[in-house]
Amino acid sequence: MSNTTKDWTAQIYAIRDKQDQAAFAELFAHFAPRVKGFLMKSGADASLAEECTQEVMATLWRKAHMFDPARASAATWIYTIARNRKIDALRKQRRPEPEDLPWGPEAEPEQADAIGLKQETEQLAVAIKELPEKQRSLIEQAYFGDLSHSEIAEITGLPLGTIKSRIRLALERLRHAMK
Amino acid sequence: MNMTHTIKHHLTPEILMAYSAGNLPEAFGLIVATHVSMCDTCRADLESYDAVGGVVIDDAETAEVSSNAFAATMKLISAGDAVPVSPRRSTGTLPSPLQDYVGGDLSAINWKPLGMGVKQAILPTSKAATARLLYIPAGAAVPDHGHNGTEMTLVLQGAFVDEEDRFARGDVEVANEDLEHTPIADVGEDCICLAVTDAPLKFNAFLPRLAQRFLRI
Repeated sequence: MSNTTKDWTAQIYAIRDKQDQAAFAELFAHFAPRVKGFLMKSGADASLAEECTQEVMATLWRKAHMFDPARASAATWIYTIARNRKIDALRKQRRPEPEDLPWGPEAEPEQADAIGLKQETEQLAVAIKELPEKQRSLIEQAYFGDLSHSEIAEITGLPLGTIKSRIRLALERLRHAMK
Repeated sequence: MNMTHTIKHHLTPEILMAYSAGNLPEAFGLIVATHVSMCDTCRADLESYDAVGGVVIDDAETAEVSSNAFAATMKLISAGDAVPVSPRRSTGTLPSPLQDYVGGDLSAINWKPLGMGVKQAILPTSKAATARLLYIPAGAAVPDHGHNGTEMTLVLQGAFVDEEDRFARGDVEVANEDLEHTPIADVGEDCICLAVTDAPLKFNAFLPRLAQRFLRI
């Protein structure tokens, strides 16, 4: 199983339920160097990137109860935490966030939904790997913050249809739990 | 605030991808966060762009962390406070991200008159783009104008009609250089919108152009 397809849900649940440091160490070994690499590619120097990486990983621990494997993979969820830290540290502007949807036991995801999302994420990773080198590098640049809006407009045509419908199902479940 | 089924006009893919990449001026980030609070279609689209970010970070080149990084992170964790679990969710007319900027719901907005009953309130964001709330009395028009850059308008109350279509609560109109329009508020209810621009609007009549200088439209 390649790194991209590894499922980290068990480790995150172990942190949530048992404050399991060994599970956290596994996540740390995989994700901390990736978060630091992402922050350095986004313009942070090594010492700022190191500091922010530790904060991102600490946030992962503290927010473990908010992770929803039917809505996002561990990599996606950690990406959003790292992205938020990047904006706060590098752009120094306020960062408006959408309203929360409910989390917690009353909206505990069905195993089948989590498996479905995992499969869609794997397919997305494969589809991105199979893109021509030029387009793949443009996508990376967009996420490292190096592209203007009009340049981004040229690469939005990604094969996202199936993962979108999967996430929409997860959102419907959460909306239902709100009622 | 589930009104997904009634929203017809959505955010563009590039604005959602740029938001996901953390690459938007604050004012555009505000309109994205506000619309996504009202629209699960765009929320799912946005989260699918986050999934692309997840693939990118998982495949990205790694950078070695310091040898004591794990211990330092455990120290941060034991020193930090738990994250509160109460959800941030609005019960008013304005979604939470907008209430954070206004300092409350509709009654907290600090309106400044623009004439003919039209009012605006500029929200404090970084200078790269401007966010303002617009109040258009039922049946009134915003002066005929074109755009130098990109203007996005999100309806929060009431509705307006222009040369393109009708826009009701939750709908967002994206206008660029090509669009010259005269939005008119529906007769039923006063219309309140969030409008975001990255360049000044171009009004076609002399008087509004004068006003433009004083009012930062």
